[in-house]
Amino acid sequence: MYRETAIVNESEVTGDLVINMGPQHPATHGVLHLVVHINGETIRKVEPHLGYIHRSIEKMSESLSYRQFIYVTSRMDYLSSHINNHACAMCVEKGLQVEVPPRAQYIRVIMDELTRIASHTLWWGAMAMDVGALTPFFLAFREREMINDIMEETCGARLTMNYMVPGGVMYDLHPLFQQRVKEFIKHFRSKIDEYDELVTGNIIFQNRMKGVGILTKEDAVSYGCSGPTARGSGVSCDIRKLYPYEVYDKVQFDEPLETAGDSFARYLVRLQELRQSMSILEQLIDDIPEGDIQAKTKAVLKLPKGEFYTRAETARGELGVYIVSEGGTTPYRIKYRSPGFSNLSALDHMARGGKIGDLVAMMGTLDLVIPDIDR
Amino acid sequence: MPSLEHIANLVHDWLNAQFSPGLALFFEFFIIGVLIIGLFSILGLVLIMMERKVSAWMQLRLGPNRVGPKGMFQTVADTVKLIVKEGMTPDGVDKLLFNLAPFIVMIVAMVIMAPLMFAKNFQIWDINIGVFFITAISSLSVIGILMAGWASNNKYSLLGAMRSGAQIVSYELSAGFALLTIVILTGDLKISAIVNAQSDGWWIFKGHLPVWIAFVIFMIAVTAETNRAPFDMAEAESELTAGFHTEYSGMKFALFFLAEYVNIFVVCALGATLFLGGWQPLHFGTGTGFNRVMDYIPSSIWFAGKTFFLIFVIMWFRWTFPRLRIDQLLNLEWKYLLPISMFNLLLATLITIMGWHF
Repeated sequence: MYRETAIVNESEVTGDLVINMGPQHPATHGVLHLVVHINGETIRKVEPHLGYIHRSIEKMSESLSYRQFIYVTSRMDYLSSHINNHACAMCVEKGLQVEVPPRAQYIRVIMDELTRIASHTLWWGAMAMDVGALTPFFLAFREREMINDIMEETCGARLTMNYMVPGGVMYDLHPLFQQRVKEFIKHFRSKIDEYDELVTGNIIFQNRMKGVGILTKEDAVSYGCSGPTARGSGVSCDIRKLYPYEVYDKVQFDEPLETAGDSFARYLVRLQELRQSMSILEQLIDDIPEGDIQAKTKAVLKLPKGEFYTRAETARGELGVYIVSEGGTTPYRIKYRSPGFSNLSALDHMARGGKIGDLVAMMGTLDLVIPDIDR
Repeated sequence: MPSLEHIANLVHDWLNAQFSPGLALFFEFFIIGVLIIGLFSILGLVLIMMERKVSAWMQLRLGPNRVGPKGMFQTVADTVKLIVKEGMTPDGVDKLLFNLAPFIVMIVAMVIMAPLMFAKNFQIWDINIGVFFITAISSLSVIGILMAGWASNNKYSLLGAMRSGAQIVSYELSAGFALLTIVILTGDLKISAIVNAQSDGWWIFKGHLPVWIAFVIFMIAVTAETNRAPFDMAEAESELTAGFHTEYSGMKFALFFLAEYVNIFVVCALGATLFLGGWQPLHFGTGTGFNRVMDYIPSSIWFAGKTFFLIFVIMWFRWTFPRLRIDQLLNLEWKYLLPISMFNLLLATLITIMGWHF
């Protein structure tokens, strides 16, 4: 039963001051509500309250057909919408036993990596803004704009792409696509060093990040963290490496790992991922095979009775899609295992004993997207 | 050529010829008051515009460019908007303190202007304890900020005010020591005497090592004292929304905002006066053509140029650096800047006694 929670001003047990960070707060990047118990500036407890942007995407999907429900997932983790669509499309393909044409596989992976770069550049700007540097945000948007323009040319959308469909991709690539991507990589290779100069090497930034928000390897595993958050703690969990899908087994790339487990380690992992994504793009962009972009599928898709699970590596971590089918045209039940939810659950553990400023920096390194947590 | 000194003397003589000395003094007070308020509004407009353009230039943006030529009247439009807004006082605040706080911050910024020397012999009050007066008055602004934070009845405001209190009180020490370095070298607290002592070279050139150290410490300390990034703990918008002025809106907020910018002007003017020779032109060697050209530039331009250069440096800090954490901020002051500036003071004393400066 729904119950209105009273606004608490002071903890009755310890007498700590309780502040409500959010749902409208400049540091929470959306409508996350953190109830923070503080003693002076020191954090005693962080209690995330969810549900402010819950749109019951899982329930909605139960009444949508297997072609339609993919579009809704663009709205989950809106910064990696391609990858969300991709994971869902793969799950449906698994049920249908459809082989995706090689050209579509290449296009999908290229789009995924472009999305990852766009997401990580936005994270880099927002992260710097969380610790008080405003200029990096604009530099990051310069690069993100280029990717958004490439996306717009091919998919017709800049944020919610809806480009991956069961069996392949919706349209063929724009004629200038390869040239644009190469131009972008050339541009970004020269700019990513600027990122390091401006932020990574800054002594104030390093002091803010090093040694705070420590998440040990054991804790990262027990909280179910994934993606760069877990890799910052030394947990090897890249789905692209462990369970390769599409053409990820054909490309050479490293899984960046840091062992410190602090905010700075998570930061470094993401910056290295940007470089790895660029190298994946460089390997794939020149030899996209000719051929179909979609496998032949029926107009109305029907999955056989059974349960299907696929996973994909989004910019935030492991996204799992679990479909239970009764054999009809709509899924019986859909469950998403979103990376943000598990990563957020570690926040309380990381933040205790830190300062308010640390909490904001830690949230920045977790790279939270609130609709991904709430769905 | 009519200089500011010349105009001031003309007005003074005319008033004294027309009225009795007491009445003439009263009118002079009145004129000064009007001029200070005028300077305030102009500084507010110019500095906010400058901040916007500097930040836009550093952030690959254009900045405001719609209102007036090159967007120059954008700040005017914003000011009009703030003036016509309702002066709201939220429920549950301490009404007296809440409404008083912006004025205290403002008055401090105004009073601090008195001993500043804007051009050659152009000064409101050449008080004999000028530097001391400025440091004493500038410490009062923390009272206004604490008042605002406490009276707002808001936890973010309270945290912001607490941070601000700790920060301003700490950094005043280093700023004070940096000023004392110059006072020791000059042997006088009077602003006019400090400027005159630099007629054969600015202290930053003459005083070498101790003055360089003092100048760097001074710039760091005043950035912290004016609550500017990277030391903007008090308002840290990603942590405390807007810190001590979260609950303020309309003109009361504008007063805080204006006081911040006027404080930047005052500290930069002080830095220019003490370290960069005030209105003294740049001279090299003795009596060459270069020096004569430099002399031809009016003293007010020299003063404004140096001040605005320092203001630009402070803005540059803001748009480049991330923010420190509160404990790191206090560590920086108490563990590094304060010991260094104490040692530097001894060094300056030694150099002055031995006559090792130029």
